[in-house]
Amino acid sequence: MTATSSKATSVIGWAAIVALAISLLFGLVLSPPEVNMGDSVRLLYLHLPTIAVSYLGYGITFIGSVIYLRNQSTFWDLLAGAAAEIGVLFTAFVLITGAIWGKPTWGTYWEWDPRLTATTVMFIMYLGYLAIRRMELPQEVRSRRAAVIGIIAIFNLIIVRYSVQWWRGLHQGQTLGIDTQLDGLMLFSLFLGVVAFLLLGAWLLIHRFRLAWLERQVEDMRLARAITERRGESGGTKLGGALS
Amino acid sequence: MNHWAFVIAGYAIVLVGVGAYAAWVLARGRSLANDVPEERRRFLD
Repeated sequence: MTATSSKATSVIGWAAIVALAISLLFGLVLSPPEVNMGDSVRLLYLHLPTIAVSYLGYGITFIGSVIYLRNQSTFWDLLAGAAAEIGVLFTAFVLITGAIWGKPTWGTYWEWDPRLTATTVMFIMYLGYLAIRRMELPQEVRSRRAAVIGIIAIFNLIIVRYSVQWWRGLHQGQTLGIDTQLDGLMLFSLFLGVVAFLLLGAWLLIHRFRLAWLERQVEDMRLARAITERRGESGGTKLGGALS
Repeated sequence: MNHWAFVIAGYAIVLVGVGAYAAWVLARGRSLANDVPEERRRFLD
């Protein structure tokens, strides 16, 4: 057990490991290659689940930011920050796995396609959100500014989501929809991947939130110590001045 | 056409990346927990 572990994280963690192992078995071994994409379709069992985790992370950041602005709750502020960090990590995986999938499928790692561009903008925006959270500012100011960005940035997610419908580009439309034509085993591998990665995302989120809580406590204690020392110094100076 | 090199590269990057991040979170949590007294460890269980 580690400092940020509990019974709940152990259960979620083991469930994530088992789900990931089964997902790898289906994604890499049991599911067949796709007619047009060949074996590169297996990258979609990774690419789509990472998108699901990043969307979920940004959704939690949005909700946490709204609640923080309403009641200045430290819990929601830290949860929003933790979720954004996981969202950024998984958006990086989305961009990397998408580029790797693009090479054998489109013949290029990168194209300034609306979906790819919007995802990159979203990634940079949330990197900015994380940078604001690390600025040397009073806690309240920092949290308020981050919350405002956390709310504004969600519009980027909507643009990413609908970019394939609003603009014509290289990126395919919705992979899962009413007219889904995926083979049964492929669809199962995809859902298994989503379940495994959502469990993994939940496990990471709880640990990251608890780490953020510890970081906040250390920061508060340092601040309190610095104030006490400053008061001691100013008191000492006055006393010294009075004696001389 | 053989796409396995791309597939393995994609899976390796994600799994190693997630593993490294998880290890960093756990290690940092362990090191910070030593500095935080028991009464301030809310939400940790």
